[in-house]
Amino acid sequence: MARYLLGRLFGLLLVFVIVSMLAFTMMHAVPGGPFDEEKAPLPPAARANLLRKYGLDRPLYEQYGLYMWNVLQGDFGISFQSPTETVIELIARTWPVSMALGGITILIALSVGTTLGLIAAIKQNTWIDYTVTFIATLGITVPNFVVAIWLLLLFAVRLQWLPTGGWGDWRTAILPVLAFALGPTALVARYTRSSMVEVIRADYIRTARAKGLGERVVIMRHALKNALIPLITILGPQIPNLITGTIFIEVIFRIPGLGKFFVTSVLLRDYPMIMATMLLVAMTWGIVYLLSDLLYTMVDPRIRI
Amino acid sequence: MAAHVEQSALAAQQRVTHRRGGLWRDAARRFFRNRLASVAFVVLALLIFAAIFADVIAPFPYDYAVLSEATQFPSREHLLGTDAVGRDLLSRLIYGARISLLVGFSVQLIALVIGISLGLLAGSLGGWVDYIVMRGVEVFTAIPTVLFALFLVSVLRGIGAAGGPSNEVVTLILAIGLVAWVDICRLTRAQLLSLREKDFVLAAHAVGASRLRIALHHMLPNTLTPIIIAFTLGVATAIFTEAGLSFLGLGINDPLPSWGKMVAESTAYLRVYWHLGLFPTLVLAITMLSFSFVGDGLRDALDPQLNV
Repeated sequence: MARYLLGRLFGLLLVFVIVSMLAFTMMHAVPGGPFDEEKAPLPPAARANLLRKYGLDRPLYEQYGLYMWNVLQGDFGISFQSPTETVIELIARTWPVSMALGGITILIALSVGTTLGLIAAIKQNTWIDYTVTFIATLGITVPNFVVAIWLLLLFAVRLQWLPTGGWGDWRTAILPVLAFALGPTALVARYTRSSMVEVIRADYIRTARAKGLGERVVIMRHALKNALIPLITILGPQIPNLITGTIFIEVIFRIPGLGKFFVTSVLLRDYPMIMATMLLVAMTWGIVYLLSDLLYTMVDPRIRI
Repeated sequence: MAAHVEQSALAAQQRVTHRRGGLWRDAARRFFRNRLASVAFVVLALLIFAAIFADVIAPFPYDYAVLSEATQFPSREHLLGTDAVGRDLLSRLIYGARISLLVGFSVQLIALVIGISLGLLAGSLGGWVDYIVMRGVEVFTAIPTVLFALFLVSVLRGIGAAGGPSNEVVTLILAIGLVAWVDICRLTRAQLLSLREKDFVLAAHAVGASRLRIALHHMLPNTLTPIIIAFTLGVATAIFTEAGLSFLGLGINDPLPSWGKMVAESTAYLRVYWHLGLFPTLVLAITMLSFSFVGDGLRDALDPQLNV
């Protein structure tokens, strides 16, 4: 177990370092810097000073080494596009908004998704099943910005029940959460359904029924528990996508989250912010990836490591 | 000797399948028995037709702007209305199909080439080659597709500096293609790993076939089915990524139309000019759904045992 964990951690660390190097070289491979003429009209001497201040006049490997050294000490630098705050402060201000959006989405996906999948599986090949399957297919295939536009057209423009955007009271959160949650919910529903359909036919379910257990107990305690195991591997990789998926939702609903910084950092050559967002995403992915594998071994005793 | 045995076995197999109507004809029959998949197939065929013959079908050129006719609602003259600078929306959607499908299929071709070769390497050689390829796959899964492609677009744009309209489509295709191979690579590798245990591979080893030969001639053909399905579904993902990048302003530039960009532009006018938002999103959704239904139909048709 310890050996396995160490191996995995080493692998993740390797991925993390590769991501950081890749991001670093890629962002410097883009011609143009953060203090170019059109972004910051400055006298040459002032520009040279700025470059020196941020270490941008040094060779690339030195810059990378310096950056990683600072990161290890918890210093992610100052965002070029918002120079009054550090990258940490900027992320601390905006990420909770995106996290709230993503967190509610995961909760909805898990609760509503499994319920829908369960009902569809029990009522297999009825109109309920077909409806759920259709909505699930719609939710999985249709991009969330498309769903967002439809929700806006219907609820904000046509019926005028809800505001078109902004972020504040709960009414502003309904449409973005709905638009964002449809995809993951659909995914969970679809996988719950297919794994339930399989599990219901298993021998131990027949045994449970044969010993005279009530249908409720058979479904909830014996079938559902086992049917939910595959969800761990399905939902895990979705989580980094949930972080960046907010990009579209935040743009459409004008939500002050982290999403837009993924885009503006690249556009504005905001090197510290690019690195921070890339590392953040890679780290979240690594943790979720490892946790979901560990969780898998815990809920399924047949898998030993 | 090996080749001879294999050939006669193949011939025997062909005789058997031939009597039943052939693998592909069987699959086609099963596919078209699925009503949803058939409808989706027809929709895609129409879409491809429209994309190819856009010049003939579209009532107006995609960049023909008449400012005095801006933001018109659907009418007899402009079936789907006009956009903010007075361009015919229907025409732009038809030309947009050209961009979307071009990007979708080209991206998947790149993904196939990279994905299959890396997957083959990892799956057949194993050892440290496998380790490196899998870490590469992990790097590319750690960073979400849209974010990575966004990054690559800006890098490629910078390198290519000169930006004619065809150039920017190529840039987009390259950027998305370079991140889209991961699924196919993982799939190919997983297939190879499971095939490695099969008897026919052992038999090929026994008659002295080389590892490369086994991988290319014995194992690869058996991975074809899942790869075809992944290709179909991958086209939809690529179209989504293109739409997403264009939505964020990093994809196709004016005056070329892109569905994603049209959706993004519509958000500013949504309150009044609903048609600007509705039609591009509908086209996008229908296209994605069709690819998905065709993919599912192919899965059922090509692999009757598999039922996910």
